[in-house]
Amino acid sequence: MCRGAVLMKADLSCTLLTMAANEVDVFAHEEKRNLELGGHVGFDSLPDQLVSKSVAQGFCFNILCVGETGIGKSTLMNTLFNTTFENEEASHYQSEVQLRPQTYDLQESNVNLKLTVVHTVGFGDQINKGQSHKPILDYIDAQFEMYLEEELKIRRSLFNCHDTRIHICLYFIAPTGHSLKSLDLVTMKKLDSKVNIIPVIAKADTVSKSELDKLKIKIMSELVSNGVQIYQFPTEDEAVAEINTSMNTHLPFAVVGSVEDVKVGNKMVKARLYPWGSVQVENENHCDFVKLREMLLRVNMEDLREQTHARHYELYRRCKLEEMGFKDTGPDSQSFSLQETYEAKRKEFLVDLQRKEEEMRQMFVSKVKETEAELKEKEKELHERFEQLKRMHQDEKKNLEEKRRDLEEEMNAFNRRKVAAETLMGQALQGCSQPFKKDKDKKNFFSLPSACSLTSGRNLN
Amino acid sequence: MTAISRTSRSRAPRTDDAEEKDYVGFASLPNQLHRKSVKKGFDFTLMVAGESGLGKSTLVNSLFLTDLHKDRKLLNAEERIHQTVEIMKHTVDIEEKGVKLKLTIVDTPGFGDAVNNSECWSAITDYIEQQFEHYFRDESGLNRKNIQDNRVHCCLYFIPPFGHGLRPIDIEFMKALQDKVNVVPLIAKADCLTPNEIKKLKERLREETDKYGIKIYQFPDCDSDEDEEFKRQDRELKESSPFAVIGSNTVVEARGQRVRGRLYPWGIVEVENPSHCDFVKLRTMLIRTHMHDLKDITSDCHYENYRAQCIQTMTTKMNADSRVESPIPLLPLNTPDVETENLIKKKDDELRRMQQMLQKMQQQMHEQDL
Repeated sequence: MCRGAVLMKADLSCTLLTMAANEVDVFAHEEKRNLELGGHVGFDSLPDQLVSKSVAQGFCFNILCVGETGIGKSTLMNTLFNTTFENEEASHYQSEVQLRPQTYDLQESNVNLKLTVVHTVGFGDQINKGQSHKPILDYIDAQFEMYLEEELKIRRSLFNCHDTRIHICLYFIAPTGHSLKSLDLVTMKKLDSKVNIIPVIAKADTVSKSELDKLKIKIMSELVSNGVQIYQFPTEDEAVAEINTSMNTHLPFAVVGSVEDVKVGNKMVKARLYPWGSVQVENENHCDFVKLREMLLRVNMEDLREQTHARHYELYRRCKLEEMGFKDTGPDSQSFSLQETYEAKRKEFLVDLQRKEEEMRQMFVSKVKETEAELKEKEKELHERFEQLKRMHQDEKKNLEEKRRDLEEEMNAFNRRKVAAETLMGQALQGCSQPFKKDKDKKNFFSLPSACSLTSGRNLN
Repeated sequence: MTAISRTSRSRAPRTDDAEEKDYVGFASLPNQLHRKSVKKGFDFTLMVAGESGLGKSTLVNSLFLTDLHKDRKLLNAEERIHQTVEIMKHTVDIEEKGVKLKLTIVDTPGFGDAVNNSECWSAITDYIEQQFEHYFRDESGLNRKNIQDNRVHCCLYFIPPFGHGLRPIDIEFMKALQDKVNVVPLIAKADCLTPNEIKKLKERLREETDKYGIKIYQFPDCDSDEDEEFKRQDRELKESSPFAVIGSNTVVEARGQRVRGRLYPWGIVEVENPSHCDFVKLRTMLIRTHMHDLKDITSDCHYENYRAQCIQTMTTKMNADSRVESPIPLLPLNTPDVETENLIKKKDDELRRMQQMLQKMQQQMHEQDL
């Protein structure tokens, strides 16, 4: 009997091995077969191994809180995680929406959680809120981009990197009693394809029970009629299907947050104390806080992370890569390998680069030619002017020379006349016998000759 | 006699029997005024402004204990993305102890509801100015017997309690309206705030109102010869501004009485309980003590400002373009020039000549008949 069993086992293992050997060819065509196990193999401990590894690694969870200033986002976070996250009060006067992420390390039992809470600061405060959703979308995309980059690296460490992708977006609706605000509708519509949204009605202690039911119905109908896809709690898993389906009907959750302890009965509970009563946060008749906590933290946290990765992130990745020009299947429906696509892209890129270089070089050359031509022209101009000036200079010189000659001639003429006058004078003197009296006259006479001779000179001329 | 003298603050001395014969009798003027005003009836226009869903209609119903908005169509979120502000008027005639009041409530649906709310208050300021203009024309007209006063006497502005104080749209709105109408800011839906939070928010709002220089309606100081009770009330009133209000359309049973209130799983909020909210103070202020003061300030202050501004712009326009006809009778600032005078003289002469001719013809006809 023993031997028989052993032989059977050996047979079994043989067939298994042959199966394995032919697997490559056989697997594609054969259906999967369920095999019965003869005993306890032990791979049912796989989930435990996974869990212990994950616990050792630590978990990561990122929450985005979107809502108007002062609506109670920080208080709700404090209440949810039963601690006080440091948060300064935001002002109403931000000129645009900003996102403020803060990371905390929490520990419960032996589970480490790296929690990142991102608040929208200044949401809904501006007079023109048309661009309010943009910073939020940009932030979510940026986180996806970071993860995608890490994924596409050559040396990557995905298991080690801090996953900052937003796993859940809590959208805080103001309890105005009628319906959603227009800003809420517009923002949720833009966010629903990027992140899991759970809408919550904030400050729900201002809405009475009957009004609350009406409000919830109105909000859900508005969301559905505008095609906004909010996060549905998963109902496939039997263990949680029931509670999830019932919770799905209670959306959106009407929450009240408080970190103050109030004495109710003989217990200290978290509550808000009013003159007319106290709203207990953890009382299911008063608000849906407990439901939110159950769904968010205790039941569906892992599913949220999975959805983010499997649906939203994959969608982002696909869009991004398609943008870059990658395709999964070529024109003849043959699947490309990433490597080939890379090569093709690279070649394209290099060719492009070369072309651009050529262009630039040509432009440079033509520019240089232009400038040279210009310079030449200028040179010519300058030469011309120079010649002109030279000529002018020469003309002037000539004129001056002529003038000089004229002047010289005049001087010579004058000198001759002077000499002639003097000889005349001498003759006149020789003819005269009274030199002294004629001194004066002589003087006058001498002074006259210039006039005389000139006149006589003139007469001569 | 005592009650009337308190409300009308008479200055006439109380007479003793010994001085009966010196009693002139004009101390009964307040009485006469009272009788006449009851006969004439009063009118009051109240404007409510604020975002959708803050409880404006509910508060108005609670204030005047009637249901003013029976069938309202509320827009859903998609339609409100590009909504523009409308002005809707409801007028009701209500009577109490023989005193008639014509109450007009001006509602502003759509304020602050769109995604882009730039200048959404311009429709409201235009409406207020329109009412002023209307009154201005009526007042300057020839027949002033039946002037309808549709000017807005008070604007209740609802501030949402969900924030930390004033938001940019609140500041812009109040600044745009502060010189045109009495602005009374209110904290709406105050049942979402604990007493501590209410105190903090009120302080915050008062600080920010001072900081941004917003002129809201100030209660007039009461005279120093009023009794202590009145003074105390007045002081309390001033200290609790802005009022934190709760409104309700439903009547619930609380402490054995039927009161207006809101029923919650954790308790009942009574609208008229002074420790729950400031509704009673608002009602006292708005209706019982300061209604006439609001009307006075509207007509003495805001309307006069408007009128002076209007006249100024009109005269500058007229000086620039002398052909513009003035719709209201103004004293002529310039003497008519010589040309027009000549023209007038000529026309006068012509008229006289025509008259003379007519007379002659009549005489001729008369002679012919004879």
